[in-house]
Amino acid sequence: MAGTGDADASGPRAERDEVEQLDFANPTINVTQSGSRSASVSGVSTISTEETPPPLPPRPKRSDLLDSRPSTSHSTAPARPRLVSKATTQLSYTDTQQYHQDSKDDSLSSGTSRPKRFFGFASRNVSDTDDTASVRSVAPTLGAGGDMESIMGDLMPGQEKPPLNILGHVVQDQEAESLFLPDPDFDEAFIREFDDIDDIDADGSNQESVMLEWRSKLKHFLILSSAGKPIYSRHGDDQLITNSIGLVQTLISFYQGASDTLKGFTAGDSRFVVMSKGPLNLVAISRLSESDAQLKSQLDALYMQILSTLTLPSMERMFAARASYDLRRPLEGTETLLSALADGFTRGSPSTLLSALECLKLRKTHRQVVNNTLLKTRSESLLYGLIVASGKLVSVVRPKKHSLHPGDLHLIFNMLFEAGSVKAGGGENWIPLCLPGFNNTGFLYMYVSFLDLKHPTEQMQERPSSKDGSGDEVAILLISANKEGFFELRDMRDELVSQLQKNGSIDVIGHAVRLGRPSCTDVVPGSPLRHFLYKSRGNVQFCMPKFRPYFGGGAERRRLMDLYGRLHARLHNKPTSVNICHETATTNISLAWATPLFELYCVAPGTTSRAALAQAANKVVQWVRREEERVFIIGGAVF
Amino acid sequence: MADSAPAQPKPSSSVKLVLLGEAAVGKSSLVMRFVNNDFQENKEPTIGAAFLTQKCNLPTRTIKFEIWDTAGQERFASLAPMYYRNAQAALVVYDITKPSSLTKAQHWVAELQRQASPGIVIALVGNKSDLAAVNGGASGGDSSDDVDAAPAAEGETNEEEDGADARRVPTKTAKAYADEENLLFFETSAKTGTNVAEVFTAIANAIPETSLKGPRGVGGQTNLGRQEERVNLVGGRTEGPKEGCAC
Repeated sequence: MAGTGDADASGPRAERDEVEQLDFANPTINVTQSGSRSASVSGVSTISTEETPPPLPPRPKRSDLLDSRPSTSHSTAPARPRLVSKATTQLSYTDTQQYHQDSKDDSLSSGTSRPKRFFGFASRNVSDTDDTASVRSVAPTLGAGGDMESIMGDLMPGQEKPPLNILGHVVQDQEAESLFLPDPDFDEAFIREFDDIDDIDADGSNQESVMLEWRSKLKHFLILSSAGKPIYSRHGDDQLITNSIGLVQTLISFYQGASDTLKGFTAGDSRFVVMSKGPLNLVAISRLSESDAQLKSQLDALYMQILSTLTLPSMERMFAARASYDLRRPLEGTETLLSALADGFTRGSPSTLLSALECLKLRKTHRQVVNNTLLKTRSESLLYGLIVASGKLVSVVRPKKHSLHPGDLHLIFNMLFEAGSVKAGGGENWIPLCLPGFNNTGFLYMYVSFLDLKHPTEQMQERPSSKDGSGDEVAILLISANKEGFFELRDMRDELVSQLQKNGSIDVIGHAVRLGRPSCTDVVPGSPLRHFLYKSRGNVQFCMPKFRPYFGGGAERRRLMDLYGRLHARLHNKPTSVNICHETATTNISLAWATPLFELYCVAPGTTSRAALAQAANKVVQWVRREEERVFIIGGAVF
Repeated sequence: MADSAPAQPKPSSSVKLVLLGEAAVGKSSLVMRFVNNDFQENKEPTIGAAFLTQKCNLPTRTIKFEIWDTAGQERFASLAPMYYRNAQAALVVYDITKPSSLTKAQHWVAELQRQASPGIVIALVGNKSDLAAVNGGASGGDSSDDVDAAPAAEGETNEEEDGADARRVPTKTAKAYADEENLLFFETSAKTGTNVAEVFTAIANAIPETSLKGPRGVGGQTNLGRQEERVNLVGGRTEGPKEGCAC
């Protein structure tokens, strides 16, 4: 009977009402949350606090180290300019250890063979060089200018040895296309990564091949209840994963029995990371080079997606009633959202890696106009209002006391732009959802309307199908705690769109969307950089140039994200985190740099010198500073 | 309403319609066929509810449907009253290949009759008729029904097999239930478009003109006024399905 459905639902409904009051009656909860979050952000780095970010540290002046660098296109390269500012360096013992560790890591992770890092090779015989370097560089007051000069001098053309030159030419040919050594096995595996797995035939004849197919996936996510019931698996149906679920469950409960929490382990070339959250166990199995912390943050996102569907109290109630509760029933229909998240991680998501958001680049005055229009048309029950263009934030309106959690926004963006359900349906949507970062105990209601940029006032009837036309979708999201607020927010949307059109903002947004991300050379003319990520720590936002043409392909982009992931892990590995990290491979040279203000990751072809890379990195930082109010939303519209 | 006026602008009025039914029976696909005349294989589940509008031209007037396409999952059930409250029409959808979905549809009909505004026009729609064997679906209920019942008992014949009849809900069963409850009844296929427009046209015709007050806000306010008409309305409505139904 429908009556039973009612009985089931009345619990959550009552809860919801209570929560809605909570949100507004007691905003302090959220205030403290956001307060502590910002504190943790600003407290990350301790070393460099000056306004101007420091340039790169000098490399030790030792020829054996330099010789190990493979890049040899110097014969044609122009003389490099010197670095202008003085060095304050963060090279230290931790760095050297880091490099040693890397070399071990490298030899271990043979599964998807990656370009070897030459620091790793060289580290054994030059460790004393590193030592002296770190001793020297510990004192920032030391006049490093002279050092710099001579180092640059060493790198001048004509110093390379002929054999390396030959190697360099070989590399250079393919370098025109790729920054990474070719790895057909990986390409192959990556292409098949998102294919569905065949069903096992009734007679079980193809069981072996299906199992093989399942095993060949680079990445798996498993979610099970603490009683060992399967809840979600990215690949394979129940029948296929039963064994794995059982095994994982046994391992987890074995350690729980010993009051020791299993966090992760390695089997073969796969890394397993386990996260136990209340009644759920989440497991990530990856053959991509991702750190435990990164995999854990991915599991966190999946967990948040589950909370977003159910809310924490109602999930806990389900399991409190019966530990063996089958959570797949209430989660029915959200598998696509979980899988869209999971595939995003497998493809490589800068947003998740950096836990930050990307914004649409707009002139400050233009954004101001959009912000003001949002504020002017704001309806009574509005909590958050967002304008989003192809996954990039255009503008936000929010109450002064509540900021938006990047994790929550990631869930929303995933739902709207990755999973096709909302987008493909046409019309306007009214979606109950819990934003766990905001408040994991209750539901909010989100009004969603996609705009046709050419006829923005008309309701878009037919939207481009999932992935093709994702370039020029603009969505208006209006979030309210009022369950019945649909028509109120719909009126606001109509008013908002007509005003935006009147004051020309629609055209401005459309233009910015069509323009897309800049290329590296737009950011810094003549820059050797192929790609970079810049995260503003204070704004919890990031910006990057376009992936194309160098990283257009899925596998290529994945390799770039692998590289970023490695660099990111190095900056964030506790307790041995560093503030600057530099990596050289046969085909690429990369740099990661953290200050209290920002994190920067950039990569250039292997033929680029360290000095040029450093200079390019500095230029990017300067560019972002100049464009800060365009590439980032500072503050947003607050009421 | 001024039916007599042959002048260009026909009187137009809006009708609030809600779709209810078990998950994955094809509610969104029906709407998409009706609104965009489009069909997507393997459509992802609706989250929450979608709001769409579409005009339906009748000889004497234009009906603008304001459609609430709701998600079928159990967890959204508590939100349903929000959508069917004040609705003048409801489309309760089941999947002809899945008997449990008819049971669920019956629950929804019962709930609507109990809690929705009195006089709501309810249509029972069996979707995915393209999956039924040709003779089973088209050649009308009576003769084929006994044939239909047999494979339902056998049960395990695979849907994938060519030419196999995936129908598990005999037309007769559903039709009998619909007649009993005074519901419009159709079997449709959102995939091929069969009968989809007919459902909406029949609903538009079945809405009593007296309850059409203009383009907006028809539902709630008129409840009291319509109380009396309810009985007549039901009587008049039964004509609709017999004409419109292709079964």
